[in-house]
Amino acid sequence: MKPVFEYTRGMLPEETTYCPGCTHGIAHRLIMEALDEKGLLGETIGVAPIGCSILAHHYMNIDMCESTHGRAPAIATGIRRVHPDKIVFTYQGDGDLASIGTGEIVHAAHRGERITSFFINNAIYGMTGGQMAPTSLLGQKTTTSMDGRMQELSGKPLRMAELIATIDGAVFVERVSLDSPGNVRKAKKAIRKAIEVQEKKLGFGFVEILSSCATNWGVTPVKALEWMRENMIPYYPLGNLKSPEEVK
Amino acid sequence: MSEKVLMKGNEAFAEAAIRSGCRYYFGYPITPQNEIPEYMSRELPKVGGSFVQAESELAAISMAYGGAVAGGRVFVSSSSPGIALMQEGFSFLCSTEIPLVILNVSRGGPGVGGIQPGQADYYQATRGGGNGDYHLIVFAPSSIQEAVDMMEMAFRVAEEYRNPVMILADGLIGQMMEPVVLPNPIPDAVREGILKAKPWALTGTKEGRPHNVVKSLYLKPEELENRIMEMDLKYQKAKEQLVRYETNRLEEAEVVLVAYGSTARIAEEAMELLAEEGIQAGLIRPISLWPFPYEAFDKIPEKVKAVISVELSRGQMMDDVKIGSKGRFPVGLSSRVGGILITPPEIAADVKKVLGVER
Amino acid sequence: MAKGLVKFNEERCKGCELCVSVCPKKIVMLHETKLNSKGYHPACVIDIDSCIGCANCAVMCPDGAISVYQEDVEKSDE
Repeated sequence: MKPVFEYTRGMLPEETTYCPGCTHGIAHRLIMEALDEKGLLGETIGVAPIGCSILAHHYMNIDMCESTHGRAPAIATGIRRVHPDKIVFTYQGDGDLASIGTGEIVHAAHRGERITSFFINNAIYGMTGGQMAPTSLLGQKTTTSMDGRMQELSGKPLRMAELIATIDGAVFVERVSLDSPGNVRKAKKAIRKAIEVQEKKLGFGFVEILSSCATNWGVTPVKALEWMRENMIPYYPLGNLKSPEEVK
Repeated sequence: MSEKVLMKGNEAFAEAAIRSGCRYYFGYPITPQNEIPEYMSRELPKVGGSFVQAESELAAISMAYGGAVAGGRVFVSSSSPGIALMQEGFSFLCSTEIPLVILNVSRGGPGVGGIQPGQADYYQATRGGGNGDYHLIVFAPSSIQEAVDMMEMAFRVAEEYRNPVMILADGLIGQMMEPVVLPNPIPDAVREGILKAKPWALTGTKEGRPHNVVKSLYLKPEELENRIMEMDLKYQKAKEQLVRYETNRLEEAEVVLVAYGSTARIAEEAMELLAEEGIQAGLIRPISLWPFPYEAFDKIPEKVKAVISVELSRGQMMDDVKIGSKGRFPVGLSSRVGGILITPPEIAADVKKVLGVER
Repeated sequence: MAKGLVKFNEERCKGCELCVSVCPKKIVMLHETKLNSKGYHPACVIDIDSCIGCANCAVMCPDGAISVYQEDVEKSDE
């Protein structure tokens, strides 16, 4: 019997405290698999955000630090200046990156920082208990939009990948989804490419990863994947927005 | 290297930081400290260092955390409202035990305030504007020379205590020019040894050691309490080892002035004016503002009639002066605010008012 | 068709059923009676002989509870 799939050694043996069916576990694993396959686990420094995945360093077998809320791209910038040749990435949710940290992510991209930001978009604040995020969909019920998000009050959901793609310093921008095995495999490819962009010192890389939050959406994990397909993907189209020739 | 040069305070501070082995600076423009980021942007690349003009003070302090967490000797500077924005980072750096040297070239407040010198950041510096049980270690130089001399010590203390150290200067010494003897640059070997002396730093595991994690979140109350108590041990040690102050003519004094930073130099002139009128004034000049030199107040003779806090703020340091005085003496205030420097005659007049001396 | 073998680490499983939902052969389900120490019914395979080793279940598992192996067969009888 040959192994087709074994849990990557990039992930520590510790079990995650994420809710059942939370796709953070998949996103963590994909990044670690990609780094492991490239032999870069020992050469990588990660920055965890504020949000559920502040605990990412419990699980990822690489050097990591916690961040203040939204500031991960600035922190990664400081790390990058001290270690010009390491792989440096941030892992951030939508409250962190698309709300409180918009300044930091925009300017990291603007400077063309040679870092990668993995952006987990699950359209809600998870850790604080299901409040509306800038990425929550119109009509989506959250604890701060009990009647559903209304455009008149809160505007329309923010498409971060498209926004980042307008910035010259961002050279690789792709949106992927974790709703199905096929899309998870595509997500892995995008993550690998984003890391290659960094290895080749080409500029800022951004991978938006559509994810689920079954607990705060109030559905089962399986239904949550369906909700992503039916509601998120139509508003947040998947695909590559920008890629340098060197990694195409 | 030890020749005397005439330099603007801010540029001398920046050069001293570089000579102290700092290779990473993150900043954002704000008056009256702009000469520092300007100097760093020119000079750091020449020595293989890195300057980043951040998009905000929030980002600057976050970049500084990143550089320091990666093992670098990092320096940031700002001025009062910018320092207010950095408080999130200060609390976080203290909780994660990351060394950093911060220079506050302070100006007036509150709010935007003005751009002239002030000392109204005393609470912000010594009580902390961020959340939680933490302290910055704070030193206040009264001259460019003293600031320059304290820079390397500040980095060493920050690294020994794994805690940010603030040098609280004011717009006056930042903007004025004085003759100064710059320190010799620390040897390359020492500088290169700094990273090696930080086994906690994020450098990549090379798959040769367990992963390093720098964290601030402790969800279990017992763990968090232990963490805070560990930090507190360090702060207690700081109170024993880092207190710095000077006294002047305390023994013969009938009144004692307490002043820090450039205000202490003005207070010394006021002492001369008072002496001419037959009033013997002594001086306590706190150099460490946290830990505050309460012990200096034990040296005040019983015959002293009053202790007067001279500050460019409305009695912020006076709280510490009262704690140090332990009720033994009446405590008064002599101050100007809003960016106006107090003058020696104004201090002398305040002293006479407190003493009830008629002219 | 290739023959697969799938191994579940029942202790890690949180019973989310993502693996159940993506199995093309519909042979993964939650154990009806067994509970792990976390209190979840862990996922298991009901008909291992039908497993093709596609690894969809493992790819979707957020908890690293699944390993998948395939028989080293040259295109034999099919």
